[in-house]
Amino acid sequence: MSTSGIVGRSVPRLEGRDKVTGQARYVDDITLPGMLFGATVRSRISRGKIAKVTFGPGVDWDEFVVVSAKDIPGKNCIALIDDDEPCLTDGTVNHPEEPILLLAHPDRRLLPQAVEAVSVEYEPLPAIFSIEESEQQSQIIWGTDNVFKSYLIEKGDIDAVWAVADYIVEGEYTTGAQEQLYIENNGMIAAFDPQQGVTVWGSMQCPYYVHKSLVKLFNLPGERVRVVQTETGGAFGGKEDYPSVIAGHAALLAMKSGRPVKIAYDRMEDMVVTTKRHPSRTRHRTAVSKDGKILGGEVEFTIDGGAYKTLSPVVLSRGAIHAGGTYHWPAIRIRAKAVATNTPPQGAFRGFGAPQSLFALERHMDRIAKVVQLSPVEIRRRNFLKPGETTTTGQTVDEAVDLGKLLDRAMQLSDYSAKKERFARENKESTRKKGIGIASFLHGAGFTGSGERYLSSVVGVEGYADGSVRVLVSSTEFGQGTNTVLCQIVAEALKVRYEDVSIARPDTQEVPNSGPTVASRTVMVVGKLVQSAALGIRHTLEASGLLGAAYSAEEFRAAVRAYVAKNGKFRSLAHYEQPEDIVWDEQKYRGSAYAAYAWAVYVAEVTVDLTSYSVSVEDFVALQEVGRVLHPVLAKGQIMGGIAQGIGFALYEKVIWEKGRMQNGQMTNYIIPTSADLAPIRVYFEELGNVHGAYGAKGIGELPMDGPAPAVINAVEDALGVPFNSIPLLPEDIFDALTNKRERGELSNVTRDHR
Amino acid sequence: MSEAPPNRVKCEISFQVNGKLVAVRSYPMERLLDVLREQLGLTGTKEGCGEGECGSCSVLVDGVLVNSCLVPVLQAKDAKIITIEGLSEGARLHALQQAFLDCGGAQCGICTPGMILAAFHLLSKKPQPTTEDIREGLSGNLCRCTGYAQIVEAVAEVGRRGTGG
Repeated sequence: MSTSGIVGRSVPRLEGRDKVTGQARYVDDITLPGMLFGATVRSRISRGKIAKVTFGPGVDWDEFVVVSAKDIPGKNCIALIDDDEPCLTDGTVNHPEEPILLLAHPDRRLLPQAVEAVSVEYEPLPAIFSIEESEQQSQIIWGTDNVFKSYLIEKGDIDAVWAVADYIVEGEYTTGAQEQLYIENNGMIAAFDPQQGVTVWGSMQCPYYVHKSLVKLFNLPGERVRVVQTETGGAFGGKEDYPSVIAGHAALLAMKSGRPVKIAYDRMEDMVVTTKRHPSRTRHRTAVSKDGKILGGEVEFTIDGGAYKTLSPVVLSRGAIHAGGTYHWPAIRIRAKAVATNTPPQGAFRGFGAPQSLFALERHMDRIAKVVQLSPVEIRRRNFLKPGETTTTGQTVDEAVDLGKLLDRAMQLSDYSAKKERFARENKESTRKKGIGIASFLHGAGFTGSGERYLSSVVGVEGYADGSVRVLVSSTEFGQGTNTVLCQIVAEALKVRYEDVSIARPDTQEVPNSGPTVASRTVMVVGKLVQSAALGIRHTLEASGLLGAAYSAEEFRAAVRAYVAKNGKFRSLAHYEQPEDIVWDEQKYRGSAYAAYAWAVYVAEVTVDLTSYSVSVEDFVALQEVGRVLHPVLAKGQIMGGIAQGIGFALYEKVIWEKGRMQNGQMTNYIIPTSADLAPIRVYFEELGNVHGAYGAKGIGELPMDGPAPAVINAVEDALGVPFNSIPLLPEDIFDALTNKRERGELSNVTRDHR
Repeated sequence: MSEAPPNRVKCEISFQVNGKLVAVRSYPMERLLDVLREQLGLTGTKEGCGEGECGSCSVLVDGVLVNSCLVPVLQAKDAKIITIEGLSEGARLHALQQAFLDCGGAQCGICTPGMILAAFHLLSKKPQPTTEDIREGLSGNLCRCTGYAQIVEAVAEVGRRGTGG
C-alpha cells in the first residue's frame, strides 16, 4: 500500500474484521470468574418519600447481596456538572424508576423475581410532567423556581425592530423525547479490591466521566479507579453520562460482595430508565421587511430536563446557540431555559439541543415565506449569513462558505423546482399527495466557547521496541470510526502505512484524557492533537539522526526500534491550546461559540397517502460542507445514519409518557425506521477545508441529525397545504388535522399578523 | 434477561452448530440464544431486544432464519444451526463479511452478525436480489447506525458477483 494520501482514502475499518466475524467482545460477551449479576430496585411512583422497604417472602435473601445508599463510601451522587443526581435514593424519589436498592446474585435468572419481591411503601407527593406545569410552579421540585439553567443571547436593538417591520410572524414549535436506541443495551462489569480500588469495564463514550464519578462515589484517589471501555454497540449520546450510574451501581455491589458484578440492562430497562433527547418548545416572533429580509426576532427556547440537572445546561446552550441557524439576524434576543419535571433525567442525543431549535427555526422560515409570499428557497437565500457577517453570538463568519451556492446545488441535485411545480399540478388528482421541503442548517464542531480550553485534552502517540506505533487517547469507538480515522491521521503524519499504526483500548490506566467522545470533536479537535503528537515522534527521530527526510515504512520501524533501544520509553504527547482567535464571554454569551461550523442544505421529498395517512420519504438529498473528508465511506455512513435517525425523529419515534414514565419501552411499540422504510439517501460533500481540524476536517457526527426533521415536515406541508409544528408527526396526527380541517371548513391555522 | 426460570428438569439436547455436533444439558424452554452464548460460548449472536423485534440474535436453523431469543432450545433438537462464527472459513472471510467491510455495512457492529446471517439467508433464496428484495429481506433486522444504505450496497455487490452461497 502506498504511504501517501492515506487521509482521504476509505481504508478498512480498523476493528471491522472482528465485527463482521462476531469476534468483537461487547460487555455482555464477557464473563469473569465468580461473577455475580446485579439488578436495580426502582421507584414505582413519580415523586414522594420512601416510608418503608420490606423484603418479601418467596426469596432466599441470604443468597443475595443488597446495597443501599448507606453503603456508599463517598458522596452519594453521579458527579457531572453539578452533583445533584443521587447514585441511590436517600429516602426521597423524584422520578419513576429512580434507583432505590441494588441486588446481586450468581444466577441472573433469579433477579427479576427478587426485584419484584422487594416492596416499597411511599408517601407520595404531587408531581409535574410538562414544561408548562414546571413553569406554573405549582410544585417546586428543583431549586427555587424549577429552572436548571437559563441563558440570554442578545444582539442588536431588538426592541426597535417591531415598529419598522412590515410583517411580524409568530409561531410555536415542539419536539418530543427521542430514545437513542443503540442496539447494544447499557452494561458494566465492576471489580473491587481493597488495595487496588475499583475497576470497571463497559459500554461507554467517556471513560474519564465515569472515572470522575467513581472517584467521588468511592472517595478514592484517581489512581485507584480504573475505567476500561469494551466494544460499544452504538451510543449516539445515550452513553455519554448514564454509564456513570451503572458503573457506580456495579462497583458498589462488587465492593459489598467482594466479587465481580455485571449489570446488563435488558431492552425495556434501558429504554425506560436511561436518558433521551430533551422534549422542547420553541416560540418565534420575527420582524420581517416586505422584501423578505429578517429585521430581528425573539426566540424562547425551553427544554424539559427531567428530575435532575445532569447535562441539561450544556444541551440548552447548544440548542440556544444554534437557534439562529444559517441566517443573518441584525437583532435577536434568545431566551433559553431548561426546566425540571418528574421524569427520568433527559440527556445527550446526537445534535444535543440543536435538532430541537433548528426544527423550530426551519419550520418558522417556511411560515415566514408564506406570510411574505416568497418561496421557501427565496426566503432563505435573502437571509443567509455571508462571510464577514456575524452570528447571533457576534462571531464573525470567517470561512469562505457560500450558502447560496450550496442551496443552488441542492436544488439542482434534487430537481427541486420542476418537482415542486409537478407535485402541485398532480396532487389535485391524487390521493397520494407529494411534497418537497428544504432545510438549511449548521452545526458547530467541538465544545462550545471556552469548553475546549477547560477540557484541556491530552493525547499521545507511542513508539515501541518492535518498531510499531500506537495512538493513546480516551476517545472511544462506538461505530463512528474513531479508531480508523485517528490511525489514518497518524499514518499520514508519520508517512507510514495505515497497517503500521494501532490504537490503544481506552483504559484510564493506559491513556491520557483526550476528553469525552461527544460534540463532533473527535476528528477535528482530537484528530488535530493526534496529528501533532505524531509529528513529535517524527521530529524526534529526525533530530536524533535516526530518520532522514525520505524513508520507507521499514526504515521508519527501524528508527523507532533504535530509538527505544537507546532511550527506553518513546512517547510524544500533545496538549490542546486554544487558538488565539477563539474568544468567548461566558457571562454575556458572546464571541466565538465554535472553532468551526459544518454547513448543509437538505431536500426531502415525501408522499402522504390519504388512505393510510402515512408519510414516506421518497428521495433525500443531503449536501454538506464539512471541511475535508478524511474517509469517504465512513463519512457517508455517518451522514446516512444521522438522516435515518432524523427521519425517525420526524415521523416514527414517539415516547408515550404516563406520570413521567415511558410506557412504550420496547422495540415493538417504539418504532424506528427499517430498511424497508427508507429510500436511498443521496449524500454529497463540498470541501472548503478548515485550518482548525486535522488535515482540514471539521466535525461531522451531529450535523446530519439537525436537518431531516424540518426538511421532511416542510415537505409534508408542501404536500397537504397544512402546517404541522409538532414532531413526531404520526399518521393519526395527520388524520386528526385533516379531519378537523374538513369539519371546520378551514384552510389552515397559520398565525399571521399583517400590518 | 429472561423471565422466571423454566422450572422443569434439565434434559440433554443435541444438535449441530456450524457443522459440529454438540450436546447440551438445558431446560427445554431455555432460549436458544442463551444456550448458544452461555453454554457454547458463541457470543457472536447478540441480544438486542429479547422479543424478536430487532433481529440481532438471528441464526439459521435448518436453513430458516430465526430470532434465537424466541426459540426454545428443545425446538433445535437435531437441527443444523449456523451462527456468525460458522460463516468464515478459518481466516478467509465469507464474501458477505468482506463486502460489509468494504462497503461500510458495519459501524458499531452489534447488529452485524444477525444482519449478515439475514443477508446470507436472502441470497440463499434469491442469489441476485434487487434493491427492493434486499430492503424487504433485511427489514426484520434493525440497525441504528447506518441508515441501511451501505448494508444494502454490500448485499447487492455480493449478489452481482454471485459469491453469496
